[in-house]
Amino acid sequence: MSLNIAPETSCENGARIGVYVCRCGLNIAQTVDCEKVAQSAKGIDGVVMAKDIAYACSEPGQMEIREDIREHDLDRIVVGSCSPRLHEITFRRMMHQAGLNPYLLEMANLREQCSWVHMKEPAAATLKAEDLIKMSISRVRLLYPLYEETIPLTKRTLVIGAGVAGIQAALDLADSGYEVVMVEKSPSIGGTMAQLDKTFPTMDCSI
Amino acid sequence: MADAGRHPNITIHTLSEVVDVKGYVGNFNVRVLKKARYVDEKQCTSCGECSNVCPVVFPDEFNMGLSSRKAVYIPFPQAVPSSYVVNMNECMGRGCSKCLEVCDKKCIQFHMSDETINVKAGSIIVATGLEPYDPREMDEYGYTRFENVVTSLEFERLVNAGGPTKGDVIRPKDRKHPESVGFIQCVGSRSKKKGGEYCSNVCCMNTIKSSLVLKEHNPDISVKVFYMDIRAFGKGFEELYNRSRRSGVQYLRGLPGSVEELDNGSMRVAVENTATGRIEFHDLDMLVLALGIKPSNGTRKLQEMLGLQLNPDGFYLEAHPKLQPVDAATRGIFYAGCAEGPKDIKESVTQGTAAAARAVRLMHKGAITSEPITSMVIESQCKSCGICAEVCPYNAISVDVKKKIPAKVNTAACAGCGTCAAECQFGSIVMNHFTDEQILSQVDTMLGENAMDKILTFACNWCSYAGADYAGVSRLQYPPNARLIRTMCSGRVDEKFIWHAFEKGAPVVLVSGCHIGDCHYIDANHWTRKRIEKVRKKMAKKGIRPERLQLEWISAAEGVRFSNVMADMEKLRQKVSTEEIAETAKILAKKDQKTTRESGHA
Repeated sequence: MSLNIAPETSCENGARIGVYVCRCGLNIAQTVDCEKVAQSAKGIDGVVMAKDIAYACSEPGQMEIREDIREHDLDRIVVGSCSPRLHEITFRRMMHQAGLNPYLLEMANLREQCSWVHMKEPAAATLKAEDLIKMSISRVRLLYPLYEETIPLTKRTLVIGAGVAGIQAALDLADSGYEVVMVEKSPSIGGTMAQLDKTFPTMDCSI
Repeated sequence: MADAGRHPNITIHTLSEVVDVKGYVGNFNVRVLKKARYVDEKQCTSCGECSNVCPVVFPDEFNMGLSSRKAVYIPFPQAVPSSYVVNMNECMGRGCSKCLEVCDKKCIQFHMSDETINVKAGSIIVATGLEPYDPREMDEYGYTRFENVVTSLEFERLVNAGGPTKGDVIRPKDRKHPESVGFIQCVGSRSKKKGGEYCSNVCCMNTIKSSLVLKEHNPDISVKVFYMDIRAFGKGFEELYNRSRRSGVQYLRGLPGSVEELDNGSMRVAVENTATGRIEFHDLDMLVLALGIKPSNGTRKLQEMLGLQLNPDGFYLEAHPKLQPVDAATRGIFYAGCAEGPKDIKESVTQGTAAAARAVRLMHKGAITSEPITSMVIESQCKSCGICAEVCPYNAISVDVKKKIPAKVNTAACAGCGTCAAECQFGSIVMNHFTDEQILSQVDTMLGENAMDKILTFACNWCSYAGADYAGVSRLQYPPNARLIRTMCSGRVDEKFIWHAFEKGAPVVLVSGCHIGDCHYIDANHWTRKRIEKVRKKMAKKGIRPERLQLEWISAAEGVRFSNVMADMEKLRQKVSTEEIAETAKILAKKDQKTTRESGHA
């Protein structure tokens, strides 16, 4: 891993941004030149630190980012890794643990939407990764803290369909102390399972 | 089944359907239509006197029509609730009333009517099951023509001790005990032409089981299975397959091309045995079609009500195929069983348990944290025009147009699609985490260098961005100059983002979202469509080619479609010249000056 610590700078609104380019083992690094991408982020307004990292989502990866946050007083983070649909929650939690507002995080999708889909064009993929990181930096600079609200919840589950899967879910919930309402369109519960004779692989009765 | 029926924490509504779902995670309000049973299910003792006297006879659905039942009946002996039911469409009504006379407990009530039940729930488990494939489509197997061709489910009833023949295997046409039985695999599965392209998962093992049941009944019976691949991948499956082969069941690789009936009622099956490469004819007393699994009939309706996604095969799409196999993309909704894809009993039970655990995980705290990605009104700028309230799919915005009281957002009800912010003409709504400035900064940075090489794409989080992810997971390659900007919903894509992009030199702009009817925010993408049509008309008026702005619906499962759309966008981009881009920028800059001047005068 290379440490590419940029000279300490801060931008107009005083943001201190840390940029992490995840190699995801080889998932990203085999196509995208992660070190080069991290280098390209250095010197951008507000970027205090930019580096590539083996597995950002792993505990050592998260710890490294958390330590950087503490040591370099970072207040916003850009993670270039997999899809935010997969790990946004992971990194928001990390932000929270580091004492930052979880909504001051931005992710650049360098795996699903870069390295995996441009495998034969490493130069273009690297260029795209640089672009995506830059776009994330622009965005993260303008993010502001958001706070979750706690709202009451009804401790009851509606189970639609009372075949074997629905019945199992209903029983487990009911045994755990939750109220369950089952809705079944036919006159009896049981579903397709109830019509079967013996069932594989144990050849026992279905009902 | 019986455990569920008597559990104090479980309320069962049979003959019921969900007709409307409102609310959000933690607080769903569900309307259930409960059809009248015409029998008081709490009072009924299942004595069966009513059924004995009922003069109306109909085919019994539970036995797949292989036996008959009356208009007042119990679906099967172990039914839960253990109560009879009257099918009013079949019943002769008050003119007959024989059942009313014999029912000592007076539980039959013809005046009963359908009721609507409102259920408040914190979470929902979708376990809507399956529909067996309808084999009438594959008439080469003669299901509609020959009585001795039965489906696997009909066969199940024939071998069942509780079935119409009390487990005595006979063939339907002449009630003779068959001496040879053939099974045809993959009926409605793994075919591009008929049925589904997917493997239905259970039919191989079900046939193997049935072959053993037949051999148990009659060790001398000849059993032949026509298959393309035997998939015995589960624990204990291979062992069962070997047992079946050891017991003398013949497995022939090749699916029959045609089936004919012989004079004695038997079936002549013509098949190319791919092991020998020869056409063979097999005469069999009875033929069983191993039916594939289809999504249940109500899937589409429920999917629209709950704002869920389906995979190309029509089953519900999970949030992640490996890491969140029972979660829907919508928080608070989980899947169990065949609703999510074909599976056997063990897997269905596993998923049922998993879904319950996921629901407990959500509910055990008794409170839920709401996402702060909601919209906010800047009251001082609001002109109380009411458009935001009109477009909000959740009725989360209230505004008094007559009294000019500024709009107000109910953050608990706001789901964060951002359509209101995109439609507000006065810039008075801020969409948290997806503000105009935040999105425009992404556009500016993207187009800061080599703008003319780039394909600017707005993608909604739930469908098209997920579709792009799916293309990634499938390693589908597409042009590397595509650049995505994620919004929660395509409804967030403000007209001004598009104008700004063109002014900054974007050759093409793609707005992508969920298919109409599949929008994660009920119907917010209707507004996207209207807006894009409007912008394209304006483009034409200004002398900018409207084709440069594209709108595509790409679902979370359509990775292939996403990569194809990107390839098409690249073709489109190549047709846009530097001069054209410069001309567009000039046209749009002029308009900007004009508006500045106008506002200056005002």
